[in-house]
Amino acid sequence: MPEIQNNVIININELSKSFKKQLVIDKLSVKLNSDDRIALIGQNGAGKTTLIRCILGQYNYEGELSVMGHNPRKDRKVILQDIGFVPQTPPPIKLTVRELISFSEKITKTPAEEFYKISDDLGLDIKQNLGKPFYKLSGGMKQKLLISFALGRKVKILLLDEPSANLDPQAREILFRHLKNYAPNTLMILSSHRMDEIADLVNRVIEMDLGKIVLDNDLNEHVKK
Amino acid sequence: MQINKITHSSLFQIMSTDISQQLRSKWFWTYSLLFGGFVAVMFATGITESQIIGFVGLSRLMVTFMQVSMVILPIYVLITTVRSVVGDRESNVMEYMLSFPVSFTGYFWGKFLAKFLLTYIPVFIALLGAALWGSFTNLDVPWDLFTLYSALLAAMIFCFLGISMFISSVAQSQDLAISSAFVLWLLLVAFLDLILMGLLLKMRIDAGTVIGLGMINPLQVFRTTVLVLFDPELTVMGAASYFVLDTVSRELFIFFAIAYPITLGLLFGWLGNYFFKTKDII
Repeated sequence: MPEIQNNVIININELSKSFKKQLVIDKLSVKLNSDDRIALIGQNGAGKTTLIRCILGQYNYEGELSVMGHNPRKDRKVILQDIGFVPQTPPPIKLTVRELISFSEKITKTPAEEFYKISDDLGLDIKQNLGKPFYKLSGGMKQKLLISFALGRKVKILLLDEPSANLDPQAREILFRHLKNYAPNTLMILSSHRMDEIADLVNRVIEMDLGKIVLDNDLNEHVKK
Repeated sequence: MQINKITHSSLFQIMSTDISQQLRSKWFWTYSLLFGGFVAVMFATGITESQIIGFVGLSRLMVTFMQVSMVILPIYVLITTVRSVVGDRESNVMEYMLSFPVSFTGYFWGKFLAKFLLTYIPVFIALLGAALWGSFTNLDVPWDLFTLYSALLAAMIFCFLGISMFISSVAQSQDLAISSAFVLWLLLVAFLDLILMGLLLKMRIDAGTVIGLGMINPLQVFRTTVLVLFDPELTVMGAASYFVLDTVSRELFIFFAIAYPITLGLLFGWLGNYFFKTKDII
């Protein structure tokens, strides 16, 4: 059983990732703790989404990356049981809402009621939309459903890639309240362009540029700068 | 042990969601109606009452059904399947679905098996329907032929699914995957009897090489086996089949005709899964 040192839950050492010779993550090293609530900021192409995908075990990479003591590429099935993820853009999944809920319920062993609770709070009436294919929902509805799949589970890591992009102001507020009240010992990585929006939620800011970390600090220090 | 459990659970979940999804697609219903309708049309037009070179009754219907299957099934399987993995990759569906604790292997084979069941079941039901209707209308039902054809159809579908999933795993885009599938199909069709006969007669290529080429082509193997029980004089079979059946026994060839496509499907499926799980998924 891999050991987790102190409360470091993700350990990244000299991580590099390139696509067709274009370096997207450049020898990045950082330790992320289980009580960190991180704002991952940076311009488009800074490498935020690539980093998230490396953590999810979706990319090959050079260097070392350990998630909960596991190699995410080799043991992705094990680590993904403890990771909740919301993508930047909801994909055009052809399953109906009912099928998608059933899939999430069975594969994550989480009662569907947990998803219903979150989505109800966010203002999405799932029961009215059970028979609809997911891709036919509006952008906001899709996002709310995916958020409810991530937050309805009890996980150790939450990876949220621009989670509020398609949400109305009210739903945003509710999402942030849920995030604030989520289990304290959960590493949360919020990728966002709008620092002001998530300032109250986070205790650490990591800024990326051209595949490197150019700032890693607590929020107060960042705001001062 | 835990990882195996996760793989099995992933495979079953992906397979069942894929089946639900495909059951709603127009492709699936068009395909099912095409085969069901074809059998109905053959009965309605009295094909069971006609006789051509020894084929009569239900045997005649089944042989025609298999010839049509040989034309439609491979290209249907290739075109509808090659978009599977690469399509999910391009649309970012895969990024999301694989953010759940789903194993790569479970995802790949779950899709494979779902597609197999939904391609095989309609043709099997059409063939079974023909046999049952024939029995109901007092025709002699050639059950040995029915069993052979059911197994052959399963083997051919499995073979082309394996090839399609492999193309889908390695192709960079949907367009490239579809083009590759189409070229492959054209190549296999081109290397049926006619070109083989040309190689044999005009280019004076050694008969053993022609047999080898015929035996490699799953379409040729399928075509020869469809007629193998019938044609002792080998009059309707064409050059490659003639040489093949002149060289090996019928029983051995039937075994080969079922085992070879399945092995090919498994091999390409395994390779496809290997590339799928070792490459970047997006």
